[in-house]
Amino acid sequence: MDLSAINWLLLLASLMVASTPILLAAIGELVVEKAGVLNLGVEGMMITGAISGFAIAVETQSPLLGFVAAAIGGAVLALLFGFLTQVLLSNQVATGLALTLFGLGLSSLLGQSYIGIKPPLTGMIDIPFLADLPILGTIFFRHDLMVYISLLIVVAVWFLLKYTRIGLILRAVGENHDAAHALGYKVVRIRLMAIAFGGACAGLGGAYLSLIRVPQWTEGMTAGAGWIALAIVVFASWKPGRVILGAYLFGGVTVLQLNLQAAGLAIPVEYLSMSPYLITILVLVIMSADRSRTALNAPACLGRSFHASS
Amino acid sequence: MTGDQPLLKLEGLTKAYPGVIANDHVSFEVQPGEVHALLGENGAGKSTLVKMIYGLVRPDAGQMHLNGERFEPHEPRAARALGVAMVFQHFSLFEALNVAENIALGMENPPAQRDLAARITEVSETYGLPLDPARLVGDLSAGERQRVEIIRCLLQDPKLLIMDEPTSVLTPQEVEILFETLRKLSAEGTAILYISHKLEEIRSLCEGATILRLGKVVATCNPREKSARELAELMVGQTLHQPERSRAELGEVMLEVNGLTLPPATPFGTTLHDINLSVRSGEVLGIGGVAGNGQDELLAALSGEVTGTGQAIRMKGQPVGDLGPNERRALGLLAAPEERLGHAAAPDMSLTENALLTGWVREGLSNRGFLNWPKTRQFAERIIAEFDVRTPGPQNAARALSGGNLQKFVIGREILQRPDVLVINQPTWGVDASAAAAIRQALLDLAASGAAVICISQDLDELMEISDNFAALNAGRLTPARPASGLTVDEIGLMMGGAHDMEVAHVDV
Repeated sequence: MDLSAINWLLLLASLMVASTPILLAAIGELVVEKAGVLNLGVEGMMITGAISGFAIAVETQSPLLGFVAAAIGGAVLALLFGFLTQVLLSNQVATGLALTLFGLGLSSLLGQSYIGIKPPLTGMIDIPFLADLPILGTIFFRHDLMVYISLLIVVAVWFLLKYTRIGLILRAVGENHDAAHALGYKVVRIRLMAIAFGGACAGLGGAYLSLIRVPQWTEGMTAGAGWIALAIVVFASWKPGRVILGAYLFGGVTVLQLNLQAAGLAIPVEYLSMSPYLITILVLVIMSADRSRTALNAPACLGRSFHASS
Repeated sequence: MTGDQPLLKLEGLTKAYPGVIANDHVSFEVQPGEVHALLGENGAGKSTLVKMIYGLVRPDAGQMHLNGERFEPHEPRAARALGVAMVFQHFSLFEALNVAENIALGMENPPAQRDLAARITEVSETYGLPLDPARLVGDLSAGERQRVEIIRCLLQDPKLLIMDEPTSVLTPQEVEILFETLRKLSAEGTAILYISHKLEEIRSLCEGATILRLGKVVATCNPREKSARELAELMVGQTLHQPERSRAELGEVMLEVNGLTLPPATPFGTTLHDINLSVRSGEVLGIGGVAGNGQDELLAALSGEVTGTGQAIRMKGQPVGDLGPNERRALGLLAAPEERLGHAAAPDMSLTENALLTGWVREGLSNRGFLNWPKTRQFAERIIAEFDVRTPGPQNAARALSGGNLQKFVIGREILQRPDVLVINQPTWGVDASAAAAIRQALLDLAASGAAVICISQDLDELMEISDNFAALNAGRLTPARPASGLTVDEIGLMMGGAHDMEVAHVDV
């Protein structure tokens, strides 16, 4: 094995690119869970976003329109979940799982004529001056727009949840929906909005995969990223700042194992491919070892159906 | 400012739900500054009525007038804007949020957090209800939580304050502080609609009372001119008979707890510290205390839901702390938890199945893993017959029973298994007066037949009525037991921790 074959600067730079899809999906799911809804359909919404974004970008030759379409596609699928669970009061876990399966099937159907096509290229943005910094410039300031947008979304979510009334109401609904209802807040409406936001973010994450990271369309290309995003929300104990940490940690391990494979590490490739998932499981186990602290941060109404009794 | 015009006037309010008329042409008036009681048993329609006034439920028919103007709130926000505020029975608070955030959620246009914190401190000092805006609500005592709700209402300068069973979670000292605050508010011209079934409280606080029974107004009166018994009989519509006890000699010690210390299972749970108690054959030990002071944890430790307490719990001298619920049942230690649906009974299973769930050990309802359904059904039918459970039959789902009937079933199920020790939490919570009397009588009869009974309850009147000895739980610690006869309300209040660490109100009336 030749570790010097690894370009550490490029590795760190590609870490940000590798992490962006799960970062987007995870921050969306965080908002959904803060509102008290457990949507296990992230994977389905991501891949639906991936194909909607890819198709529209190819047809219009505009990556920007592609991302808009991906957000809409993810949100529409999420609202289907919202209608089933919030209005028809179906079980959130079962519906979320069904949403994943449905999204995977729907995307392969939609994507049949797009296999093997190249999408329009999304331009890189070299931030003036900063991009020319030695080392830091390469790592942080020579990426595409979506990388920065994803970070902006995380900061905005953090600010909204912590400092604004909308955020307070959202947390209140997730904490105790009966009390929120008694105070006159529209629990179902607020949750539907959170679900749509979560779907849009997952859609963006999916489109980032198909338009920038890979970039092309293959069936099932999200390959479990949605599930990792779900795990990262728990890992982050529902705190936006830690979502960045979790996503970049996972992205880092993914990139590292690719580089180690390339450098010819003398263990079977399968072990390396497994490693990001193994590390995620390990981190989750360590995080939830202190059960009372995890429970303290979890929204108290997470996954419970709300039915106005009055 | 007692004008000619009533503050709130209800005329013919009617609300029907499928199969039940919750309110049937209810009419009454509340004057400005009046403390008006709304009395009635569970299911009499009090909650539905105040939900209509607060805009959570819309009436099917009838009219409301506030200050002479048509009042039709279609959501709580509209009611709040017109000066109607409400303190809920089950607190409408968010445990993981702090006091200031909780209060901001109940306001239309809350000021910035810093200004709000200053106003909270100011209002809480004025009314003698000290509160720290930055504390997490999950860490507050029940009395302090109620303060959060009251201050949330007061910050909006309400003209009408609705209080739904506010004292059920308070110690006697805290009740006094609350009443001082309410009298001050009333003197300032705020009308208070006070819902309760604690008659002595109503007689000391309220100037007018409307009594509801089965959704209809059966009387309007001045509660100070009636005796508590007269009021009770108006509520129930029949004469009440007091449970009688036939005193048995106290026998040998059946259950003993020595130095039981237990960390909580949930983040906002209570740690049990060094609990010591013993209960003898024929004895009813009453354990009082405000909710959330370790009642659930103590029941779980005694019933066997929480194990690993080793030598600390002894049944007839034998350590049982490491045995699970079924092994303890086999030894004669039975328990009935507070939460009927989901803890004491499985909501969607039939009464027969529920009878089986705790009864199979002692009643021999299974044989080598095969269930004996005919015998189980007989057992369920026996419970239904002996405890007057009103239900079409044992095939009905537990969920379909009213709270009082299910409670009779749950308690009857344990009593008919002839326990040596019965531990019971809140036996008559949410049960109407006649059913409550029947349950208390059954507990007394059980003790008279030689069993030991530990009754955990927040209803002090109930504990005084049935217990031989009384102890109180306070922040996970149990006071030494004292003979119940001769205890005064003040002494009980002190055993329950007084007004906690809250100072007595500085109220300038």
